[in-house]
Parts: sequence; structure tokens; C-alpha cells
Amino acid sequence: MTALSAPPKTAPPPGLRRASTGVSKWKRRFPLLPALVFTIVVTQLPFVATLVISTFQWNILKPGERRFTGLSNFAFVFTDERLRTAVLNTIVLTSSVVLVSVVLGLGLALLLDRRFIGRGLARTMLIAPFLVMPVAAALLWKHAIYNPDYGLLNGILNAVYRLFGADNGPTIDWVSSYPMPAVVVSLVWQWTPFMMLILLAGLQAQPGDVLEAARVDGASAMATFRHITLPHLRQYIELGCLLGTIYVVQTFDAVYTITQGGPGSRTTNLPYEIYLTMFRKYEYGQAAAAGVVVVFGSIVIATFALRTIASLFREEVSR
Amino acid sequence: MTHATATAPGAKLKKLIRRRDDRHGASRLSPAWTFAAWLATLAFFAPVAWMALTSFHQEADAATNPPSLFAPLTFDQYKLLFSRDITPFLLNSAMASVSSTLLVLALAVPTAYALSIKPVEKWTDVMFFFLSTKFLPAIAALLPVYLIVKDVGMLDNVWTLSILYTAMNLPIAVWMMRSFLAEVPKEILEAAEVDGANLPTVLWRIVAPVAMPGLAATSLICFIFSWNEFMFAVNLTATKASTAPVFLVGFITSEGLFLARLCAAATLVSLPVLIAGFAAQDKLVRGLSLGAVK
Repeated sequence: MTALSAPPKTAPPPGLRRASTGVSKWKRRFPLLPALVFTIVVTQLPFVATLVISTFQWNILKPGERRFTGLSNFAFVFTDERLRTAVLNTIVLTSSVVLVSVVLGLGLALLLDRRFIGRGLARTMLIAPFLVMPVAAALLWKHAIYNPDYGLLNGILNAVYRLFGADNGPTIDWVSSYPMPAVVVSLVWQWTPFMMLILLAGLQAQPGDVLEAARVDGASAMATFRHITLPHLRQYIELGCLLGTIYVVQTFDAVYTITQGGPGSRTTNLPYEIYLTMFRKYEYGQAAAAGVVVVFGSIVIATFALRTIASLFREEVSR
Repeated sequence: MTHATATAPGAKLKKLIRRRDDRHGASRLSPAWTFAAWLATLAFFAPVAWMALTSFHQEADAATNPPSLFAPLTFDQYKLLFSRDITPFLLNSAMASVSSTLLVLALAVPTAYALSIKPVEKWTDVMFFFLSTKFLPAIAALLPVYLIVKDVGMLDNVWTLSILYTAMNLPIAVWMMRSFLAEVPKEILEAAEVDGANLPTVLWRIVAPVAMPGLAATSLICFIFSWNEFMFAVNLTATKASTAPVFLVGFITSEGLFLARLCAAATLVSLPVLIAGFAAQDKLVRGLSLGAVK
């Protein structure tokens, strides 16, 4: 900031990217300072606080027992059975949601890349699941679709059974019998449109002349897809997977609403377990330590994501 | 659809798609595949349609098995919602999301300017710093944020949510706005500078016309994410500042399970985002991929 008060203002060179003097350097930096300071204060300081808290034994139900315990919370985090289950559940939940929605999203994107009657309308309708409020979607799936007595799934089963002359369909309690798939399906429903949009953008960025050449050379549709479209789509698929992973790892709404992590801890993922540690067990130190571990896990995924985004970004900038 | 002379926001996209189609003659789907495409679309849309339909039914018709598709329609559930005081929750949601969106724009637009039109040195590093904050899981910040907010007496306060949502959306907005501002033609900017145009003129006459659609899309996307946010809302508010998703969750516990009422509530709270999302649909992917995909 001191540089700003330096008096003589030399006329800035007309070139936009020319190397500049101290004053104009700060003039350039000035517009981004508020956002930078805001981001550091609101997002980075809490993590410093998390790091500090993670070294304390601190349960709010036992006041006066707050003390420094070094790394013992981390020892707990890495040995606790519940947390290990939560890590495993997070991996199962995230990878199945991301993989299934990428595959479905690819299928839909391939269809929507071609012309057909009402394509614009179909595209609009397909985005809808992603736009429904996640909590509303979770409640909708839990009560209007999975409900054993009058949910849509059992209702349809029942109608089909009656159609074929049987008395009544089976009464399946979807959430209790298949808790993890129930959560996964509702999330796949929400995330498939996201994948579809990214992959559709990828398909439409395909250079037309290459496809044209392949067609002229008599390549089959399958061969064109395998050798031209798929390699071109690779970075878009990667981007979809990585962004999807980053968002889905953080899933809280669906678990909180559909299963509350149960039965037992069969669908408790890390965010939900940390939430329980914080607001049900009041073990602040342990929750913070688990948080730190999650951050480091995310950094690993984010490094890959950033690399993919950086490569797409370089292409765009150099264009 | 592609033949209609559309004036909707999707018009530009349609034109783009059509141009591409013409260029390499994107083939039409065969009738069988068209059928498959529509089947898949309807399957994905069915839960939304079911939610909307049930919200216009009486409870008795909503709780039948097999489901009754053609029961008489009614606005009763919506009337009931407003008599159960959903309004303050909707207002809180609107306050938190609109104020945070405005704050995001106020911070992100100058930042994007300093990253594209008059780029600082190492501007890509700054970009990636902003992006990296988006990748940190919010749950890990919940505890310190909760403790700090409690300390300064800002629990159950809409402005707390507003600030958190601003931090949550700022990286997206910076990336999006930069990708839009990068489209401002450099030659015109340089020409204006040579002619001695002052900064407000340049901003108003050259930058704004190019950036406006981007600004609109960015604000819609920030609005969507703030409106839908649940984790901070449920843990940092109690009665005064609770937002729409918190209302939804509490609704079931306090009222018991009334399917039609629940569907009405779910439809009502999702409506603003559905509208915003459809309005921004040709820019949606750019926002979701942080500007990496156009």
C-alpha cells in the first residue's frame, strides 16, 4: 500500500502488458485486494483454527478439561472404528455416484449431441434434477419415492403386479433394506445432469472437420467414437469426475435427510461423522482432527483437479 | 424446437448448435434412438413431475397405492404452507442469497478485471489460489466458524450466512467473470486508451456491453448455490435466521409425514432455483466447470 502514496505519477506506457513501475503495479493489484483479503480471512483462518483445535482435548460437556494433547486426536482419528467406517463409506458413496453419473451423463450427452424432435425441451427437462434443492430432492426420494407404503417405487411395482393379475406387489422398505444404494441413486439422479452438461460441451467442442474426414474415409460410428470422440472427451470426462468427486465427497444433505447415517453407521460418511462428533458428542478436538484429515485428503484430489483445469485453461488462454 | 425463431435466453445457444450442425451436418437420431432419448429424459424428469403433481393433490390422494395420477387438483397445500409461516424462511433465504450474490459481484468483478483486462503479474497463480479455496471441504471449516460466530454473537443471523456464502461463491464468480472479461477485444481497449478515453468511459462503453451477459449468468449461479446451501444454514441458525432448506427439514419433524404438503413445500422452495437455472442454462456449464468449459 505504501507504494500508492509515492508522488510522481509517470504516464503509464500505452502497451497493456508492458512491464510497469511500482506505482502502476500497485494500481493493477488494487482491484483484487479486497477479494483476496476477504478470501484469506474467511477461508484460510478457520483452517488455521481447525489445526490449533485439533491438538486440544476439548469436550464442551466437560468444561475445564480443555488441554493441549499434541497429536493424540490424530491417533484417535486413525484408529477409531467409526471413522474408518466413515472413510470407507465416503469412498464407496463418492466413487459409485461419480462413476455411475459419468456413464449415464455420457450416454445422455451422446444422444443430445444429435438432432431429434424436441431436443431443446429434453435438455431443459434433464437439467431439472440438478436444480431441485438438494434437501428437497433428498426428502422427495425418501418420502415420495422410497416410502414402503405409498412411495412411487412400490406403487409402480404394485400397479405392475396388479396388471399381471397378481393381488399386490411386494412391500419393500427401500431405505432400510438398501440404505447405501438408496442414497447413491438419489445423488446419481442429481449429478447426472451436471456430468451431461460438461460432456455435452465437450462433444460440441469437437473439431467438425476431423469427424467429417472420418465419415468420408468410411469409418464406422463405433470406430469414430472409440478413436476420435473418446480421446477428445478424455479431459472433459476427467474434469467431470474430479469436480464431481470434490462436490460429492462433501455430501451432507442427502445423508442427513435420507438415512441419518444409519442403519447403524452403514451410510455415515465423513462429513456426517464429523458433524456428529461436533454436535452430538461435542468432541471438538476429535472433530477438528478429522477435519484436518479430510482437508489433506481433498488436497490430494484437488491437485489432480487443478492440473486438469490448468491444462484446459492453458488451451483457452493460448487460443 | 430448432426451427423456432426463439427469443428466449437459449436462442444464442440454439443458433450456435445449429451452426455447428450445419457445419458438419450432425446427423439426426433415428426414430428408435429418439424414442430412447425421450424415454431417458422422462425417467429423469419423472421425480420432478411427481413432486409437482403431488403438491396439487389432497393428502388422501397422495397416500394411495398404486399412486393416483388423475386425482383432482387443488391449491390447498400451498395455502396451508403459507398459513404455517413459510414466508419468513423464504425471506431469509432471499436475503442471504441476494445479499451474498451482490457482495460476490462487488468483490469478483474488480478482481476479474485485474486478472484479465489489466492483468497483474502472476495472475494465473492468483486464479488458482481462489480456485483452491473452493476445493477445501466446508465441513472442516464448520467447527471454527461455529466457534467464532458464537463468540462474536452472530449465531442465528442472516448476515453470517451471507458472508459464508460469499466466500463459498467467490472463486466461481472470479473464474467465470475472468472468462467473460477475457472476451473483451484487446485492440479496442488499446485504441480507446490511445484516444485518451478515461476509465469510466472504457468500462461503460467497451467492457460493460461484453460483460453484462456474463454478469447475469454469474449472479444466477451464485444465487443458486446460496439458495440451496444447507449445512451452514442448519448448524448456524436456530429460529430467526433459518432459511428455506432448514424449514423443509423441520417441517417433517414438526408436522409428521404429509406427502402432498411436503411436495408443495419442496416445489415451492425449488422454484426460484429452477427458474434461475433455466434462465442461465446456456451458461450453466461454464459456471459449474468454473469457466474451464464453454
